[in-house]
Amino acid sequence: MDDMIKLQLWQVAAAYAFVILLLIIVRLKGISREKEILISSVRMTLQLIFIGYLLIYIFEHPSPVYSIIILAVMEIFSIYTILKRTKISFMSKLGRIIAFSMSFGSVICLFYFLFIVINISPWYEPRYFIPIGGMLIGNSMTGITLGVNRLVGEMSTQKHLVEGALMLGATPKMAAKHIVDDAFDSAILPTINSMLGMGIVFLPGMMTGQILSGASPVDAISYQIAIMLGILGSVSLTVILFVQLGCKTFFNEQKQLYN
Amino acid sequence: MGLRMFKLNNVVYKKILYIEQLEIPKNKVTSIVGESGSGKSTLLRLLNKLISCDKGEIYYNNLLIDNIDSVELRRKVVMLPQQPVVFPGNIKENLLIGLKFSGKPEVGDDKLTQVLEMVSLKKKLGDDTEKLSGGEKQRVALGRIILMKPEVYLLDEPSSALDDKTEEVVIEKIVKYIKSENKTLVMVTHSKKIALDYSDNIVEIDRGRVKNNG
Repeated sequence: MDDMIKLQLWQVAAAYAFVILLLIIVRLKGISREKEILISSVRMTLQLIFIGYLLIYIFEHPSPVYSIIILAVMEIFSIYTILKRTKISFMSKLGRIIAFSMSFGSVICLFYFLFIVINISPWYEPRYFIPIGGMLIGNSMTGITLGVNRLVGEMSTQKHLVEGALMLGATPKMAAKHIVDDAFDSAILPTINSMLGMGIVFLPGMMTGQILSGASPVDAISYQIAIMLGILGSVSLTVILFVQLGCKTFFNEQKQLYN
Repeated sequence: MGLRMFKLNNVVYKKILYIEQLEIPKNKVTSIVGESGSGKSTLLRLLNKLISCDKGEIYYNNLLIDNIDSVELRRKVVMLPQQPVVFPGNIKENLLIGLKFSGKPEVGDDKLTQVLEMVSLKKKLGDDTEKLSGGEKQRVALGRIILMKPEVYLLDEPSSALDDKTEEVVIEKIVKYIKSENKTLVMVTHSKKIALDYSDNIVEIDRGRVKNNG
């Protein structure tokens, strides 16, 4: 198996030259996005350089403390991103449920994956712990964001249906069931779509990375299958937790809708 | 007044209702009349426990409704809102959904067809509810409640979207049926004629206060 072609500095610079070409086109066409393109390219570069050196250090000095800290930072950042995108305050009941569902669901999946599926030793081995944790958390974050938007939106636009069901003696759970189901569907749909297109429409990033670094496609595929199932599990678990608990925040203890 | 179904004592809800005393009799037809915005619908929502009053007490069958489980109460005291609620699906599914929500057994198509006749709706059970007019939706919603056979029917303007002739026919059939079943009907209506013709008791509400009761 050939080793991966290591990119030289000039080759990375050539990739940048490509972006500069893009910037020239954007300017000529009068599209006012050059600033955003430049900032995001520079920011991505700096972030990756920083994380690259950080990972080198952590991989050379494996420690449960470092792995846990990285996991906590990823969780906090993902929760912050969800709250920011959905404009929900952390202090609200729904905000706390988002934080709980996100961290509990993804951590359970991560440890199941590390202990049962891959069975690594030591459990905090950063080469596995960090990238797998990142994939599970990142995908769950996207799922919950979609689920929150759908749940909050429909509880408002379909309030008359929920109230109509309550008037007839439905429990809050029955009254909101169709909204909870919709929220779950919309949250899980990107994961399902990406699983359906995988291998035909595109080759997934992790598998591509492994193949580029010289792993056999068969090994890369078995990892990819396992991680996709892990992602499906993590997204499902976090979203199920969120919609089930989140739905309850719209009702008071007298089983009435909050105004 | 005979037995009472509801009793309200010094009830205050936001700046909408201020009811010092109100009794609603059991197994009778009570009409609630008054200007729009006077608090009639809010009163029905309080009786259905869809909302709770800020002050005062409401009793159902001599029990404080705060102490009755809301879902249990709503299964006995069912409400029809002024804007009829239809759920996605056909007429049959919409008629049956009330039984499903209240944990009651389903009924056969014969019974469903009888109910459609009672509400004067000449439609098939398989027809989609999305294509129905406002008046037709209102009658589907009414039929759904009749199937549930609750103790108390809280009907908020049950005939507001119907033409005068259909209104008369439907209300007459409903009132007759509820009386024959010995149940309680509390009906908000804009029509003084309906109130006078069909009620045992009329409550007039004016700017959130009971003006006349009798």
